Amino acid sequence: MQVPILKQGDFLIASIQAALTDADLRQLQDDLVHRVSIYRSLGVIVDVTALDVLDSFACRTLSGIAQMTRLRGAKTVVVGIQPDVAFTLVQMGLRLEGVATTLDLEEGLALFNRPTN
Amino acid sequence: MAAEARHLETSVPILADIDIVTARQQGRALAERVGFIGSDLTVIATVISELGRNMLTYAEKGVIRLRPHYFGGRRGIMVVAEDEGPGIVDVELALQDAYSTSKSLGLGLPGTRRLMDEFDIVSVLGKGTKVTVTKWVS
Repeated sequence: MQVPILKQGDFLIASIQAALTDADLRQLQDDLVHRVSIYRSLGVIVDVTALDVLDSFACRTLSGIAQMTRLRGAKTVVVGIQPDVAFTLVQMGLRLEGVATTLDLEEGLALFNRPTN
Repeated sequence: MAAEARHLETSVPILADIDIVTARQQGRALAERVGFIGSDLTVIATVISELGRNMLTYAEKGVIRLRPHYFGGRRGIMVVAEDEGPGIVDVELALQDAYSTSKSLGLGLPGTRRLMDEFDIVSVLGKGTKVTVTKWVS
């Protein structure tokens, strides 16, 4: 299932709607890195509110997205990690290395719209 | 209860990454029927995901069996992940944090062990690997 990516001014918003396979996640990574270049985006928001599981592969891919887009000059923020998912990540010892997070989409947009950014 | 347990038992062949999604969704549904709530459901689904991915990465395929587990007045779920892959050379090493022979984070197996109440792994070189984990309703 492909993840829709919306262009909103200088930012891209990837809104994950349903459970993703590893191939879907890889596709999302490729799409985002590609589009950051096309649209000269300054920021990427990945909304994971709909995900009930973030396993080690998903974490690695999200970190990869953040690092690759950063090298292209865009900041990535992951929004909407569910409380149960956060609990499980900590128990697993999984860290979203180098990834900014906010509570929800609204906070994510606010982060990008602050004057310092 | 034993009859119900057999009835609810399912087996998911893991041949492609979409099967991992199927297995964790079925595992979550079974865990709910057994009586798990909240973060335990996420924990169980995540563990199934890690075990499924290990199979695809190292053994190319395998089977995940999900069964309700009733023992000593306790209710739980048992997840058995079995493959006929190459086996693990050093199981102790594979259970250490951040150790991986692929490019993964190396947290799948050690994380799984931390998250579940019971953890057992049997791996025979050239024959395969069987991981059995149980979580009890608290």
